[in-house]
Amino acid sequence: MSSTIILLLISPLVGFLINGVFGKLIGKASSVIACVAILISLVCSVLLFSEISSSKANGAISYSDGSLYEWISAGDLSVEIGIRVDSLTLVMLLVITGVGFLIHVYSIGYMHGDPGYARYFSYLNLFVFSMLILVLANNYVMMFIGWEGVGLCSYLLIGFWYEKKSATDAGKKAFIVNRIGDFGFLLGMFTLFAAFGSFGFEKIFHDAEMGNYVKIFGENTLKIATLLLFVGAIGKSAQIPLYVWLPDAMEGPTPVSALIHAATMVTAGVYMIARSSVLFTLAETGVYVAWIGVLTALLAATMAITANDIKRVLAYSTVSQLGYMMVGVGVGAYVSGIFHLVTHAFFKGLMFLAAGSVMHAMSNELDMRKMGGLKSKLPVTYWTFLAGALAIAGVPGLSGFWSKDEILHSAWDSGHHAVFFLGLVTAALTAFYMFRLIFVTFHGQSRVDPHVESHLHESPPVMWVPLVALAVPSLFIGLVLGWGGHDSAFHHFLGDVFYATGHQEQPSSSLPFMLISTIVAFFGIISAYILYSKDSPKDEPENFTMELLTNKYYIDEIYDAVVVKPIKGISQYGLWRIVDVVIIDFLCVGGVSLLTRGIGGSLRYIQTGIVQSYILSMVIGIVLFLGYYLFVR
Amino acid sequence: MLLQYYMVLSALLFTIGVIGVLVRRNAIIIFMCIEIMLNAANLLFVAFSRELGDSSGQVIVFFVMTVAAAEVAIGLAIIVSVFKNHATVNVDEIKSMKG
Repeated sequence: MSSTIILLLISPLVGFLINGVFGKLIGKASSVIACVAILISLVCSVLLFSEISSSKANGAISYSDGSLYEWISAGDLSVEIGIRVDSLTLVMLLVITGVGFLIHVYSIGYMHGDPGYARYFSYLNLFVFSMLILVLANNYVMMFIGWEGVGLCSYLLIGFWYEKKSATDAGKKAFIVNRIGDFGFLLGMFTLFAAFGSFGFEKIFHDAEMGNYVKIFGENTLKIATLLLFVGAIGKSAQIPLYVWLPDAMEGPTPVSALIHAATMVTAGVYMIARSSVLFTLAETGVYVAWIGVLTALLAATMAITANDIKRVLAYSTVSQLGYMMVGVGVGAYVSGIFHLVTHAFFKGLMFLAAGSVMHAMSNELDMRKMGGLKSKLPVTYWTFLAGALAIAGVPGLSGFWSKDEILHSAWDSGHHAVFFLGLVTAALTAFYMFRLIFVTFHGQSRVDPHVESHLHESPPVMWVPLVALAVPSLFIGLVLGWGGHDSAFHHFLGDVFYATGHQEQPSSSLPFMLISTIVAFFGIISAYILYSKDSPKDEPENFTMELLTNKYYIDEIYDAVVVKPIKGISQYGLWRIVDVVIIDFLCVGGVSLLTRGIGGSLRYIQTGIVQSYILSMVIGIVLFLGYYLFVR
Repeated sequence: MLLQYYMVLSALLFTIGVIGVLVRRNAIIIFMCIEIMLNAANLLFVAFSRELGDSSGQVIVFFVMTVAAAEVAIGLAIIVSVFKNHATVNVDEIKSMKG
């Protein structure tokens, strides 16, 4: 186990501890500590990358899998704290530390003057640490620790401004909805342990391939295990039906939305499925993953069309793109799924940061109907946002084009034609809502409140430099990594990590797919231009569809009626009024005290305090005893 | 036949002691009644010792008298300190034992 990995992992933890414990003392310097901690991790990741890719070029072992120490040992159960580094881990490490570092730097400007400055940076470092644990784990238990750790940090950071009720509510919602998913993950883990007798990736994947495991549910063992794991991914990666927490999570600070709710944490589910590629391929559960993914993508994209809050549009867009990644890993194109994860991390992180820059300029205004014409006032923000939007819309040559196209192509090749068409519709919608956002926010006449307009300003360099630094890879990383489709650098780098079914058909020519994607993307952009580039967007037509979309299909309301209300009812009338108040409080707790008080109350009359009455009772007792022994017996 | 007289006398003395303890309110009188009970027992010991020709009864009487002397010393000390605190030796008025 090389010390680079240990340093990489420990550095954010040290940053968290310093900021968490001494935050009040260090004050402003906490941001420097946090950024340096992540920078160290970033440098270590790059070093590891060069190390592994050079050994790969030499044909040597291209991954390391080692245990640090045994954490739990009881009977057959043995849980190690172990680290696995392979190409997939490296890709994740570079994304987490790279995007994470830029977002840390951006936060220096964004969080400037916030009373919780040090607390913010300590949470952010803890998040990066948990995320690193998640991707470095060599077994499911350690992965689960990271999985829960990022969930905790997500909760803490969504509710960062805890004076706001909506923020704490959103935090709780995110945590509770994620718990449902985590429950599935846990059950999946237990199933795997029951079947394989181990939590380690190495052993599980090997034995699964050999078919060497206890079939506790017969032939369906792997199917059940992977579907349960997928429930975990549904929660974490915000898929139908558990996506509801992600749009609300936008209550947190914007850099948090960029880091946790766009670039890294929400992709943990996709990473987990890709990591378990052997299991998902063998169990043939990918088709469920793909369908959930594409439906989520479509549903979220339609909701993004009518949202008027910049961050919410981006949030629905994130849900939608996560759906794409699920399609990728679902149809067995694990490399493409991870590829989209990487490109998405860059352009969506970028767009969130740009949205944060808009908010910063607009005194925290989020409603894009109150914006317009910001292009000239915020040039850097505009151009970087545009770069992100072009990338996500799938304009040829830019990142989103390559990764999205690969996923759609794989969906077609693997025979999921319906998934392909739904994905195509989503692609058009994606381009449409993104450019709606651009036209309404940055073009046309200004609808900004004159009071706000007076101090409209571009963000400080500490904020716009990370924007530019993210914009460049957002545009070009797809080209660099994805050129050549199934023969690209990315495929070569990642290919051997995933399980190949063996009978991979020769992929069809990608040119027609690229053409279709291009047409679809431009269709979306042009229709957005026609509808929204004119001044002051006209009122949305009032009809049933619009009503349905604006209210997000009433899904929050349905969940409230079906899940929240009944649980509240049971809790209030069943558990609280009856079990707690009547049984526990009155009968159990109150009953014991009433009994003792009653007995004591009647016995206290004996205790007169007059010694002679005590003596009298003694004498009577003695006389009775003596009388009994002398005369009766 | 002499033994019966002693036994009756002893029983009478003991009963007087018990009744005295129960009905009198003055702590000193109660104390004296306890002494009467002790001496009733002593009388019985001595009487039986003489009747049976066994001297161990008389030895026990000496023990009882020693214990009684010690008891008197402590008991009177308590009564004196109670009197100092409460300005009375009437046991009805000393109710600090009541919980």
